[in-house]
Amino acid sequence: MPPPAGRKAPPQFWETYVTDADARDLKTTPLDALHRERGAKMVPFAGYAMPVHYQGGIIKEHLHTRAQASLFDVSHMGQAHLLGDDAAAALETLVPGDIAGLGKGKSRYTVLTNDKGGIIDDLMVTNCGTHFFIVVNAACKKRDFAHIRKSIGKRAKLKVLRDRALIALQGPAAAAVLWRFVPAARHMMFMTAETFKLGDIACFVTRSGYTGEDGYEISLAAKDAENVVRLLLGEVEVMAAGLGARDSLRLEAGLCLYGSDIDAGTTPVEAGLEWVIGKRRREQGGFPGADIILGQLKGGAPRRRVGLRPDGKAPARAHTPIQDKDGNLIGEVTSGGYGPTVGGPIAMGYVKTAFAAPDTPVNLMVRDKALPGRVAKLPFVAQRYFNT
Amino acid sequence: MSIKYTKEHEWIRVDGKTAVVGISDYAQKQLGEIVFVELPAAGKNLDKGAEAAVIESVKAASEVYAPASGAVTEVNGALDGAPGKVNADAMGDGWLFKMTLRDAGEIDGLMDADQYAAYVKGLD
Repeated sequence: MPPPAGRKAPPQFWETYVTDADARDLKTTPLDALHRERGAKMVPFAGYAMPVHYQGGIIKEHLHTRAQASLFDVSHMGQAHLLGDDAAAALETLVPGDIAGLGKGKSRYTVLTNDKGGIIDDLMVTNCGTHFFIVVNAACKKRDFAHIRKSIGKRAKLKVLRDRALIALQGPAAAAVLWRFVPAARHMMFMTAETFKLGDIACFVTRSGYTGEDGYEISLAAKDAENVVRLLLGEVEVMAAGLGARDSLRLEAGLCLYGSDIDAGTTPVEAGLEWVIGKRRREQGGFPGADIILGQLKGGAPRRRVGLRPDGKAPARAHTPIQDKDGNLIGEVTSGGYGPTVGGPIAMGYVKTAFAAPDTPVNLMVRDKALPGRVAKLPFVAQRYFNT
Repeated sequence: MSIKYTKEHEWIRVDGKTAVVGISDYAQKQLGEIVFVELPAAGKNLDKGAEAAVIESVKAASEVYAPASGAVTEVNGALDGAPGKVNADAMGDGWLFKMTLRDAGEIDGLMDADQYAAYVKGLD
């Protein structure tokens, strides 16, 4: 309900990064006019006015994405090129991923770490041959880019792309839709990249996303974004979807939201992201916090990110304390809500490692009441990426 | 029998010494799709302004406050299996609970339909 004066309303997920300054001076994406034309409910997110949902609502957009395809505006995210002969080796001093071994035309999910092994941000890195294409979170982009420049600016040149839009076409029908405009895109593997012409518009396309579904993320000039989006929305399978559905889709898919599920105080091992640490990097280290992260890889982490299923119908939202059955505090929910495809409440959070096994019974302390629930295997909804 | 509204977007329909409570159509629109409603136990004594129920939408959890003081006599059990009734018919089938009124005078300070409509208009 709209917060009445004097009463504190619980924060909503998209308010995580909103400061008063943001709310006063919101930036807009190149698709702002289109969002408003389509009746989007706009909210401040990471300094941008963003659509949280359109006329149909979050559940409809979520279910449509799993059944057909949805188009998301993610132009608020930070896009950059990293150039120079030494770029791969330089970037490896900031992330635990194998960047030198990333083939041309391939994308990789990785994390920027700090000296304590915490996660500064998660990001996508694509090897474009002549340079790397980097996508970082909107709320972190200023800090990330400053960090990269300060740390490796002498070894590689970071060129921030300020006049680009980023859109995501997600869902089982995404390939069939894009095929009509770009036949070759159908045969791309998950986590690969290519440059295509969509009509006469140059698009940098990766087969990737944040919904657990097959799909594409398309980087293109800001001035062309509205035309391309109108083309894609003109296809019968495609619906516009907002940040609300994006959040519930990624939660069902077990994917982390930076600032909620991972942050500067969580390590990749605690977060269950060991797979981002390349094999060679495990042997050689050479990234911030390597001693701590590699130590946890061998000896285990004190806590783990897990899925959580409340037994009843009440959602357990972020910051809900988690207790064992004896009433001892064992952790906290970091993301939680209603999963439309699951058809019930789902959550993620951190628990002490002894309680991290699937089916471990826990109590979720919602409004000071103990709601029984269980640790659940992630993802809640199987990921359906295009790998064959 | 009249319907009154609070600034927190609850409605209360008074019928003699008892009343029905719900949230306004404006509130359900603001909340979006409702997925769970936590209702008070029958018999619970509520003070005016106390937390009486919680509505969970896809977006967030929101508290519903007692528009008047009294005891809960009945809750809308149909919402357990179908919380979306609050979206579909906030002023009718989507009612939340019924209560006795300790002091009918408490209702007088609330807004009538016209006043509430003007209040909501000022919020947009």
